[in-house]
Amino acid sequence: MALDKNQIAKRIAKELKHNYYVNLGIGIPTLVANYIPEGIDVEFQSENGILGMGPFPFEGDEDADLINAGKQTITTLPGASFFDSAFSFGMIRGQHVDLTILGAMEVAENGDIANWKIPGKMVKGMGGAMDLVASAENIIVAMMHVNKAGESKILKKCTLPLTGVGCVKKVVTELAVLEITPQGFKLLERAPGVTVEHIIASTEADLIIEGEIPEMVID
Amino acid sequence: MINKKVNNVQEALQGIENGMTIMLGGFGLCGIPENSIAELVNKETTNLTCISNNAGVDDFGLGLLLQKRQIKKMISSYVGENAEFERQMLSGELEVDLIPQGTLAERCRAAQAGIPAFFTPAGYGTEVAEGKEVREFNGKMHVMEHAFNADFAIVKAWKGDEAGNLVFKGTARNFNPCMAGAAKITIAEVEELLPAGSLDPNEIHIPGILVNRIFQGVKYEKRIEQRTVRAKN
Repeated sequence: MALDKNQIAKRIAKELKHNYYVNLGIGIPTLVANYIPEGIDVEFQSENGILGMGPFPFEGDEDADLINAGKQTITTLPGASFFDSAFSFGMIRGQHVDLTILGAMEVAENGDIANWKIPGKMVKGMGGAMDLVASAENIIVAMMHVNKAGESKILKKCTLPLTGVGCVKKVVTELAVLEITPQGFKLLERAPGVTVEHIIASTEADLIIEGEIPEMVID
Repeated sequence: MINKKVNNVQEALQGIENGMTIMLGGFGLCGIPENSIAELVNKETTNLTCISNNAGVDDFGLGLLLQKRQIKKMISSYVGENAEFERQMLSGELEVDLIPQGTLAERCRAAQAGIPAFFTPAGYGTEVAEGKEVREFNGKMHVMEHAFNADFAIVKAWKGDEAGNLVFKGTARNFNPCMAGAAKITIAEVEELLPAGSLDPNEIHIPGILVNRIFQGVKYEKRIEQRTVRAKN
């Protein structure tokens, strides 16, 4: 069974480590905050200027002056701080943020990522994604393995305008966990019940497959 | 004390003319200078180049200026929430320069701080870097970006005093502190304007030296773009 979005987020949450500062992109990455493993302290950074982002407010407690980068109303947790946009990207560029989790339209075997523009169709802008991928040491991409037409988004080479080059380290999709190595995509785990053959058939890029590929543990 | 107080938004926006380049603070609809945007609509100033992280929504924020075709060019990082914007951009009526958000912030800060240009890794190897000088530092490639050169910066703060000192609230801070002092003239609109001496100097986010005119705004709507809540148990 392919994973749903919440299960992808759950699997990515297992990559969180104690005392990590983490930037979550819009979409599936935002859901990761719901699945922080027990016994682990992390602080979420949102590039519009907050560290220590908390859950959505209770109804009636929404504050127009307190939002995340997805423009959603949020809360703060003890230890939180606010800062301006230049400072925020200073801490991103300065590699003070340990992990960046973001979505993508395409990822290539050399670590290139495309997620901001479909020429002639959709141009929403890159927001903070180009700064994040150019600077973060550890980037995990949450994405769907294939598009609605069934075409692979895990490619030998990106076809869409790039967001960043050679930067992605790991990809978690509804089908698989992939690591990007100097030799290309390495299949680490498969979704429960999904065969290696199915993953190969859904992947345009070549996969490095060594030994038995374990199923992801999603509880 | 050098008094920066002006009486109202009309006085504050004096000198803004057709064809000028204006920076406007805010992230989404959070921390935008609502009163000044409304007055720009009233003034019918046109051919504006607006530097702002986003372009508002169809019927609020910079969307109001877009509706009236007052904007010639937008310099932003993300413009996804505005159907009229998309229509004008795809039809070629509106010029759009999309740049990485951190680069946008730093180009403001550089203008504020007298730094003509800087190198950033953001956008290297993408179309953002096309035609720009690139250089390797510490084994990593960087793109040269320039400070903005704007006529006016319009920022919104929570509190201010007559000396032009500003205090921001929550994530309504965003681009506002970066834009203060980053243009030839900086206008600050605040929810509460206090006499000098009312704010603790330890807690001022932006000192008045970066602000030329300050006024107390009225009737802040502070619209929420994505109202997300959780249920009380």
